[in-house]
Amino acid sequence: MFLRPTHYRHPAFSAGMAQMWPQAPGIAAWGLMTGVAMVKSGMSVFESVLMTLLVFAGSSQLAAIPLLVAGAPAWVILATGFCVNLRFVVFSLHMRPYMMHLPLWERLMHGYLTADLTYVLFTRQYPKPGATADERLAQTAYLAGNCAVNWGSWISASLVGVVAANFIPTQWGLGFAGILCLIGILCSLASTRLRLVAVGVAGVAAVVAYALPLKLNIVAAIAVAVLLCLSLERFEPQRPAGASH
Amino acid sequence: MGNTDLWTVAVIIGLACVTVIARSFFFMSNKPWGLPHWAQRGLQYAPIAALAAVIVPEIVMAQGALIETWRDARLFAAVAGAGYFFWCRGAGQAVLGTIVAGMVVYLPLHLGLGW
Repeated sequence: MFLRPTHYRHPAFSAGMAQMWPQAPGIAAWGLMTGVAMVKSGMSVFESVLMTLLVFAGSSQLAAIPLLVAGAPAWVILATGFCVNLRFVVFSLHMRPYMMHLPLWERLMHGYLTADLTYVLFTRQYPKPGATADERLAQTAYLAGNCAVNWGSWISASLVGVVAANFIPTQWGLGFAGILCLIGILCSLASTRLRLVAVGVAGVAAVVAYALPLKLNIVAAIAVAVLLCLSLERFEPQRPAGASH
Repeated sequence: MGNTDLWTVAVIIGLACVTVIARSFFFMSNKPWGLPHWAQRGLQYAPIAALAAVIVPEIVMAQGALIETWRDARLFAAVAGAGYFFWCRGAGQAVLGTIVAGMVVYLPLHLGLGW
């Protein structure tokens, strides 16, 4: 990871950092608001700092906060966290061929640190897994650089948020900056007509199925949108493989 | 300001494990996973669908129900943010611009008009 000289001295490490820097303010804004939200909902400073340092997943943190405060059963909180994180399971499927040359603990470390934006930027930069040892090293170095900026801006902003929580009124609604950040990411993925269909279908389905417990409306919405788009694909003109992103 | 208790600390550690497992799910095992073709094609749509499923309820719902008014700052902010992104065609710091454009619309409506 970013602790290893062969990675952080590699030119791809700087490239990974350079591509993440423009996103850092958005990540920081979301991290700041997550930090504020944790303290504002009644978690102690120690719990908030621990959650920031360990969990490192904004959406599952934000989903877990009200359940933690309400004293929901641990399995419900963990299951909710996993459901909100299901998109990462999908990402990991895509990332598998890029990762398998690494030893297990390094794969787990990379997986842990690869959040939404890193996944999007990494797979856009490298549409195909490396074929040679040099290519694989460059990809790993890029990933490490990208993660370093993402991790640093998220963690530092969250910690500032925990401290600043007493000075920022909750009713300002600054947490909405996090949603706007996700909207920007969504727009950057909206590269084909069928993906726009997926946005519409998933959005409507998530609202219709909102009453489902454990945030399962999100899982249901993904399933409906993906299945519908797969069945609509046959009506699309043929495109060369790998033309996405 | 809440007190720290061991149960909460244990749940937080559990959530950290959930992060690792979810993000490493398909590359934890050394066994090759034969990926069906439909699943590979599904990867085209799953990430954007997940984002839409998280975002849309956050914009059009309040207290678990669909909002019944158009006077909601979130609607205008979301349109402004996405509008900015497509206006600059995703070039440069488009995501940051999306946040700034959205908040420039959001804060006056939310704090000024109470939407």
